[in-house]
Amino acid sequence: MDDLLKEYLPILMFFAVAVGLSIVIVVASMVVVPSHPDAEKLSAYECGFEAFDDARGRFDVRFYLVAILFIVFDLEVAFLFPWAVSLGKIGMLGFWSMMVFLGILTIGFIYEWKKGALEWE
Amino acid sequence: MILQGLTFYLFAAIAVAAATMVVSARNPVHSVLFLILTFFTTAGLFVLIGAEFLAMVLVVVYVGAVAVLFMFVVMMLDINFVEMREGFLQYMPIGVLVGIILLVELLMILGTATMSPEVMAAGTEPIPDLAQRQNTAALGDVIYTKYIYLFQAAGMILLTAMIGAIVLTLRQRPGVRKQVVAKQLARRREDAVELKKVQPGQGI
Repeated sequence: MDDLLKEYLPILMFFAVAVGLSIVIVVASMVVVPSHPDAEKLSAYECGFEAFDDARGRFDVRFYLVAILFIVFDLEVAFLFPWAVSLGKIGMLGFWSMMVFLGILTIGFIYEWKKGALEWE
Repeated sequence: MILQGLTFYLFAAIAVAAATMVVSARNPVHSVLFLILTFFTTAGLFVLIGAEFLAMVLVVVYVGAVAVLFMFVVMMLDINFVEMREGFLQYMPIGVLVGIILLVELLMILGTATMSPEVMAAGTEPIPDLAQRQNTAALGDVIYTKYIYLFQAAGMILLTAMIGAIVLTLRQRPGVRKQVVAKQLARRREDAVELKKVQPGQGI
C-alpha cells in the first residue's frame, strides 16, 4: 500500500507546484496590470456588436449525439484496460467474453456508420 | 503516513466544498466546473485507498466525457436559471429527506464494518493484497469470467444508449449538397465537354 502511494508522490508534488504556480500567475497579473477603467471601452464600437453578452447560445443537438457516442466508446476502451492486464490469467473464456462485448458494440458502430451519424453534412 | 493523512483531509475538504458549490453556484456553467473539481479530488481519494483503476476511470470517463456532456446539456437548454432557482426552498424538504436517507445508509454500512470486521472479509470477492495483485489486474480477473453475464449486459446497455441517441437526435436535413468525391473522380471529359463544328456564317 505504501509502495503504491510512494509512486504517486511525484504527481502530488506536481499538483502542489501547479496550484502554487497558477495562484502566483493569477495574483501577479491582478497586482501588476495597469488599469484605467472607462465606460467607453466596454461599449459597442459605433454600430458593432455588444462587447459583453451572454455566451450561452443554443447548440445544435448533433453536438450532443457526438458526445454520447464518445462516452460509449470511451467506456468500451475503459473496459479493455483490466482485460489486457489480466489476459494471461483469465484464459479463453475471458478472451471470448471480451470479443463478444466488442462484437455487440461493433454492431452499434456499423449501425451508426450506415445511418450517417458520423457525417457532419 | 502523515503525508497520506494530510492529503486525504485536503482532498476530502476540497471535494466537500466543491460539491457544495455545485448545488449553490449561481451560474450553471460554474456548477459543472465545480463538478469536475469534485471528480478530480474524488479520483485522488480513490488513489489513496489503492483503487487505481477506479481513479483513472473517474478521470477518463467522468471528467473527460460525462462532464462535457453535462456542459452540452447546460448549454443546450434554453432555460432561465434565475427563474428556476425561485423554487429552491420549495424543493428543499425533499432534498433534505433524500440526503438523510443516504446518510443513514452510509452510516449503516460503516457501522457494520466497524462492529464486525469479519463481515467485510466475507464478501463474495475479497480484495487481494495490493502487493501481490494490483487493483486493475484483480478487477480484470473477475469481470470477464465470473461476472460475464453482467459484463455482456453492460455491452447491451451501451448498444442501447448508442442506438437510442442516434434514433432520438439524428435527422437528415433535406436539400444539403454534399461533396461526393467518387462522383467527381469518375467524371470524364466526354461527359462534360462537347465539341461543335460551327460552319462559317451560320449560328449554332
